[in-house]
Amino acid sequence: MLIFEQSQADRFNKAQQPGEAIALSDIPSEFRRQQRVALPGVSELQSVRHYTRLSQKNFSIDTHFYPLGSCTMKYNPRACNTLAMHSNFLGQHPLTPASNGQGFLQCIYELQEILKEATGMRSVSMQPMAGAQGEFAGVAMIRAYHDARGDTARSEILCPDAAHGTNPATATMCGYKVREIPTGDDGDVDLEALRAVVGPQTAGIMLTNPSTLGVFDRNIKEIADLVHQAGGLLYYDGANLNAILGKVKPGDMGFDVIHINLHKTFSTPHGGGGPGSGPVGVSERLLPFIPVPMAAKTDDEYHWLTEKECPQSIGRLSANMGNSGIMLRAYIYARMLGREGLERVADYATLNANYLMVKLMEAGFEVALPGRRATHEFIVTLKKLTRETGVTAMDVAKRLLDYGYHAPTTYFPLIVPECLLIEPTETESKEEIDGFIAALCAVKQEAYDDPEKVKSAPHTLPVKRLDDVRAARELDLRWTGEESLIKSG
Amino acid sequence: MSNTPNELFYTKSHEWVRIEDDGTFTIGISDHAQALLGDIVYIELPEVDSELDAEQDCAVIESVKAASDLYTPVAGTVIAVNEELEDAPETINGDAYGEGWIFKLQPTSLDSVKGLMQAEEYSALVAEDDE
Amino acid sequence: MPFIPHTEHDTQQMLDAIGAKNIEQLFDEIPEALRSRGLDNIPPGLNELEVTRLIKQRAARDQPLICFAGAGAYEHHIPAAVWELTTRGEFYTAYTPYQAEASQGTLQLLYEYQTMMSSLMGMDLSNASLYDGASALAEAVLMAIRANRKSKSRRVLIPTTVHPDYRRVVKNIVNNQGIELVELDYCTECGQVMVDSLAQYEQSDYAALVIPQPNFFGNLEQVDQLTDWAHDHKMLVIGVVNPMAMAVIAPPGEWGEQGADIACGEGQPLGIPLSWGGPFYGFIACKQKQVRQMPGRIIGRTVDRDGNRGFVLTLQAREQHIRRSKATSNICTNQGLMVTASTIYMSLMGAEGVERTAMHSHTNTKALLEQLTAIEGVKRRFSAAYFHEVVIQLNQPAAPVLEKLAKAGYLGGFSLATDYAELGDALVVCVTETKSDEEINQFAHAFAQALR
Repeated sequence: MLIFEQSQADRFNKAQQPGEAIALSDIPSEFRRQQRVALPGVSELQSVRHYTRLSQKNFSIDTHFYPLGSCTMKYNPRACNTLAMHSNFLGQHPLTPASNGQGFLQCIYELQEILKEATGMRSVSMQPMAGAQGEFAGVAMIRAYHDARGDTARSEILCPDAAHGTNPATATMCGYKVREIPTGDDGDVDLEALRAVVGPQTAGIMLTNPSTLGVFDRNIKEIADLVHQAGGLLYYDGANLNAILGKVKPGDMGFDVIHINLHKTFSTPHGGGGPGSGPVGVSERLLPFIPVPMAAKTDDEYHWLTEKECPQSIGRLSANMGNSGIMLRAYIYARMLGREGLERVADYATLNANYLMVKLMEAGFEVALPGRRATHEFIVTLKKLTRETGVTAMDVAKRLLDYGYHAPTTYFPLIVPECLLIEPTETESKEEIDGFIAALCAVKQEAYDDPEKVKSAPHTLPVKRLDDVRAARELDLRWTGEESLIKSG
Repeated sequence: MSNTPNELFYTKSHEWVRIEDDGTFTIGISDHAQALLGDIVYIELPEVDSELDAEQDCAVIESVKAASDLYTPVAGTVIAVNEELEDAPETINGDAYGEGWIFKLQPTSLDSVKGLMQAEEYSALVAEDDE
Repeated sequence: MPFIPHTEHDTQQMLDAIGAKNIEQLFDEIPEALRSRGLDNIPPGLNELEVTRLIKQRAARDQPLICFAGAGAYEHHIPAAVWELTTRGEFYTAYTPYQAEASQGTLQLLYEYQTMMSSLMGMDLSNASLYDGASALAEAVLMAIRANRKSKSRRVLIPTTVHPDYRRVVKNIVNNQGIELVELDYCTECGQVMVDSLAQYEQSDYAALVIPQPNFFGNLEQVDQLTDWAHDHKMLVIGVVNPMAMAVIAPPGEWGEQGADIACGEGQPLGIPLSWGGPFYGFIACKQKQVRQMPGRIIGRTVDRDGNRGFVLTLQAREQHIRRSKATSNICTNQGLMVTASTIYMSLMGAEGVERTAMHSHTNTKALLEQLTAIEGVKRRFSAAYFHEVVIQLNQPAAPVLEKLAKAGYLGGFSLATDYAELGDALVVCVTETKSDEEINQFAHAFAQALR
């Protein structure tokens, strides 16, 4: 039931009223709202019960193994949330003078320092509010760098064909044309193809390493040299940083600018789709362009750097300092793990992924790149199963839900047919992973024995398989009080 | 196996062209293309009277999981679009070569179809795709 | 090892299965020359007790000031249930709802949010959130340029009464695509944009006009006249509005003859703590005919195979993971958890609750204005009607006054000296429903002291 279906027009929640209604005699009627806002009229208990019950319809890390490739669904320590919700942090208006926020600023400054060490970059700004905004900041800096040198003929950004969709979309938002580079059969970027397209028109290249195929690109040094020799810069998409924390740093691989997803590697919550936080790190040559505000330290005083102190900065991308509360959670996480804990993240994320991959291969699953080490994730392709049974990767994903496991990422990267991208993360136990292997094997067997059962899954969730074709053809994007779906143009 | 009528011309990007008696061209997407896209949920049609260069993108076809640009196979002026598709884009899934036509073009040159594929060649390409 | 469950026995068994001697061997594809020597500059780990001590010490240094500032972030009461529910693990630790059947909680909540937000804005539909108010305005500008088929212009009119940092953010985001923002002046007497000053723009082509409501000064713009003027000149209208104000002030959908085309803004006033400016969330709403130009996630209602109601992500072909370089935006992760809080907030407050909150915020501001203007050396700056912020003119520079107020424990407002030098020593102050009459009296008293 929707909250609106429990509503009564004259019911309201007395405890949440700030006082009696007052006439607004000094606001002329031409400025006043005509039609009353249609918010539900429910009691506090009705609302609490409704949203508690809704929450129970979700899979989440706290309730289920969630091996969603490329998303790093690891445990989000509760202490990070509890401490970040301290009333002295939550109650601070963004205009609060720095002198009144030394404790908070110290946390942010030290987080910048931690991220510098983890990535090998010269400086880090916390301004971007998600990975895609970090990408935007990065490519905007690449553009600012070329422009500042009067090198304005560079019009192209290179992206591997397996890249996250945010990479080409970001390049477009920064006014660049996108040129795709094919992936070689071994999963690394096709160097010959790269050589053929890199040139004086190349502004830069956007790479994820380990790549979205779940392997470490062994030619990264050659790629960096090729692009740098042509005058282009290298952008590192930090989506997969969890796999290499403490093992190899993007700065050492030759990247000029990077972003980090705090909601992946630094375990801040995904919140059903955000908020994230996408800090950017830069090499020496991009330092003047880094976005503001940034936390800085002079003697023992912390303060904000703004456009005033950084005139060449690409500026701010948020009205305030970015997603401050998320930064606090990441800071607390980093302090709890410390240097040795952070290094072990990559160790056990990689151990879990390789174990899971090997066990699935033993069970007869086909992996996309069998000759390669898995990083923190790997790809299974079900094209043989689909050919033999008609059961697709999507069907398998839905059936896994019945077994109490969230599905891996499906149909990404786009270049591998019928694929599952599987990322167990370091916080899952061997028992949990063994349970997942058993479930996947059982689903595969069902695909041969009773394919209809898999194709019509899920069977045990709050809803059966949903009709997303109908959702797109007969758009119904808000409740109008009628069961009939609106037909739209 | 997808259906590939012999009297039509085809492109690598899976459009088809029919030469009408009056010398205009009718253009749509192949049966193979509609099958690849899956259930089509929306189409953004070209604008009538717009002048197109060969291989220019001029329309967008969306399914739930994909969006595909349509490229005009030859240069010319758009003289009609299939407005029925705006309300019933699924027609393309059901009848890609008939009721599912997308637009009509007054071609700049009748010879322009010479660069396109015949049914046999296109079928071979599709077979390769299916590998 | 914090948060890693493996016993030594587990690790050994797993390595044996892989056929590796040790974990180190799993990294053998990384070229040796690139390997790093650890993370020495990161301090050693702390247990939960130690990190709690550390963070509490840091927090103790930061006693919040009593807040009489707004300027884009507003302190409102947040019912206790809002964050109790929002931080339930099932909401807090779920991902973007790609697997719809396992995400009906988040999806239904977002559909309810879209319903509430589109009603609040008087628009046909809303997306499921953007990052914040400033970046939402940038997305609205990009959307308007895509959506305006009558104009080929890549220029947009934006009054200087829009939040200065919003204008900076919009410029930073759209300038790489060759989009030009043309700034409109305001009347320095009344503090709003005058329609009769716009004639000079009638000869050129612009894609859109941005209208703030209330504007950065807290004043109400003449939205009906502005909207009709823009539509008469083939521009789309983007309203950038405070959602709490919209409980009592005409929302974008009611502006002029046809209503605005796009509404956007900062969702923070609806249940989100101030929290040093983030995380907040941006909202964007539009008319039905522009839905395919909308950026970000959108939830739709559908049915399952048994014909029962359910919810899914829809219109995904607009988005970066499908459309890649031709997507409407590069946005992927949005601010889902903030919208969760806002939806619960709106359900607990109801129409009556948000209206009364807006009313009390306004009347408290009016009460403060009366007290402040009774002080010698303080005048009201503008004549236009206002909502819950108002500009006052001082007889001395504002910055030192604000410093003295901070020493007395108050965040006294925002000085306009940097962004609006033409206004001289002016300050914008804000009062919400959270302040009692006594607190307002005390602040006015402290203000008088600070002016001495």
